[in-house]
Amino acid sequence: MATQLASKRPPLTPGRKRLRRRSAFAGYLFLSPWLIGFFCLTAGPMVASLILSFTDYDLFNRPEFLGFDNYTRLFKDPSFIQACKVTGLYVIIGTPLKLLVSLAVAMLLNNEHRMRGFYRSAYYLPSLIGGSVSVAIVWKAMFIDHGVIAQIGQMFGGDGTGWVGNPKLTLPMLILLTVWQFGAPMVIFLAGLKQIPQELYEAAMVDGAGAFRKFFSITMPMLSPVLFFNLALETIHAFQIFNSAFIISNGTGGPARSTLFYTLYLYFKGFRDFEMGYASALAWVLVIVIGIVTAILFKTSNAWVYYSGDAK
Amino acid sequence: MSPSTLTGTAERQASGPPPRRNLAERSKKLRSQAKVRSRVRSVLFHVVSMIVTVILLYPAFWLVMSSFKPSHEIIGNPSPFSSEASFDNYAEALEGLARNSFWTFFTNSLIVACLSVVGVTLSCSVVAYAFSRIKFPGRNVFFVCMISTMLIPFHVVIIPQFIVFNTLGLVGGRSYTAFIPLLIGKFLAADGFFVFLMVQFMRGLPNDLDEAARIDGAGHPRIFVSIMLPLMRPALVTSSIFAFIWAWNDFFAPLIYLNTPNRYTLMVALRQYVDPTSGSDYGTQMAMAVLALIPVLLFFLAFQRMIVGGIATTGLKG
Repeated sequence: MATQLASKRPPLTPGRKRLRRRSAFAGYLFLSPWLIGFFCLTAGPMVASLILSFTDYDLFNRPEFLGFDNYTRLFKDPSFIQACKVTGLYVIIGTPLKLLVSLAVAMLLNNEHRMRGFYRSAYYLPSLIGGSVSVAIVWKAMFIDHGVIAQIGQMFGGDGTGWVGNPKLTLPMLILLTVWQFGAPMVIFLAGLKQIPQELYEAAMVDGAGAFRKFFSITMPMLSPVLFFNLALETIHAFQIFNSAFIISNGTGGPARSTLFYTLYLYFKGFRDFEMGYASALAWVLVIVIGIVTAILFKTSNAWVYYSGDAK
Repeated sequence: MSPSTLTGTAERQASGPPPRRNLAERSKKLRSQAKVRSRVRSVLFHVVSMIVTVILLYPAFWLVMSSFKPSHEIIGNPSPFSSEASFDNYAEALEGLARNSFWTFFTNSLIVACLSVVGVTLSCSVVAYAFSRIKFPGRNVFFVCMISTMLIPFHVVIIPQFIVFNTLGLVGGRSYTAFIPLLIGKFLAADGFFVFLMVQFMRGLPNDLDEAARIDGAGHPRIFVSIMLPLMRPALVTSSIFAFIWAWNDFFAPLIYLNTPNRYTLMVALRQYVDPTSGSDYGTQMAMAVLALIPVLLFFLAFQRMIVGGIATTGLKG
């Protein structure tokens, strides 16, 4: 092995060796902020929370080793099951809906028209502010009893009660809030649509393909890497919804635990009840679930994501 | 080329060679048809786009109009206009809460957001230089680590981080040290998105410049400061905009780390307004919500091209 390598590459002169060492030194020097951050703020804490997840720790008394008790307790905890249900529904319904809307609007905007830039910016704005507390407050005030949405509902025969207090309608309300923020994936779709060579459409037109056929035989395959990127990104984000649910339910996860999202429950356990061990177990289950979902997405992507030859 | 003229060409080709004398007439007719069709398309496009715009921006419009209305009208009166419109809500919002004026929260948010910008631009540009311009053992492994940190939920590190900062006495103090837990990650390039954005940008810059500088005897620090940083301005500006807006809108970390009212950021203070036990009304909430959004909106208006362009090229999340 060593002789093979040596025969391929001429031995380094002392000068080159020194140069390499200096370059390695400079590399680690420039990388040092990230290295410190990675080990102290990400890798270290991840290991620590994994260890904590096997203990009972309340910040004040010494951690007590429990083994897998936290994990077995999870599956008997009705709040945990509720949190999984709410978050799962939110991810499964909200993410595809958001991507569908963003793709449809991107297709609409992908024509040369005047004011296209204006529309693009206007549609993007909700994505920029949507996660903020301000917007959650607006959403709550619009959907509350006798609020503007309830009044519109009354015109169509509603009884004037809002969505905020109705456990059946809080999830649709939050899904609407995430769909409202379709602008970010839309902009990425638009960038992807721009990359599709026009010749493909021209060739299809000569062959007599209609709009429908063009969309499914050219646009969709060519756009599938972007769709995959958006799907992975939005799914991972959807799992971590916190701000809007926290504000709209006033920090309770109510009514009737209908907005008890996963991260909300984790916050309650960790920072309200100070059950740090249990909260760490919750966090690790989230990491594992997100990891599995991402892995599944990547695995299935071979079947439906098309990478054309020249694109990497 | 507009799609409608293309369709015209296709139809002409499909119908085979027409009799010669009709050719001019036919093409004229087809052209006018195409024109009408493109006009119709354009009108339809604008009608649909306008409807979407109105629906999308309605909540923002509703918020601004409500902030001028008295509380009982915000919920009861669906019309955006009110005969009792006034600035009373704003006067009350500016008074603040728990003996801290609005400007205390505003200053806190501004400090956190500005220091985040400083931290992100400094640390991420240096780290991106290492990843894109220096060869050293382990670079690819670390790069993969950096990318995978983007996928890991923040919640798995927050608990140990909280425990450490709490032991160090940095959680919830009355002094500015309360901001350290929020900012330390920004100065240590912990946000992979920004590192990735800058690496991508730097990889696009030609190698000739730094090679020339190296031949002239410049070391990496010199090349970084005198050649790379000036060239990286677009990436630095995009990162600064996002770093500011994200830090400004951040809620989860400040909620955990700041628990003395005089160090609340605007978002944490806003949450207190919603709390019914603090006894505030809808009018004040709306006015506060508007005031908290203004800096983000100003940034958006000033830099919208860069923001939307940055999203398109890097896939950054808004």
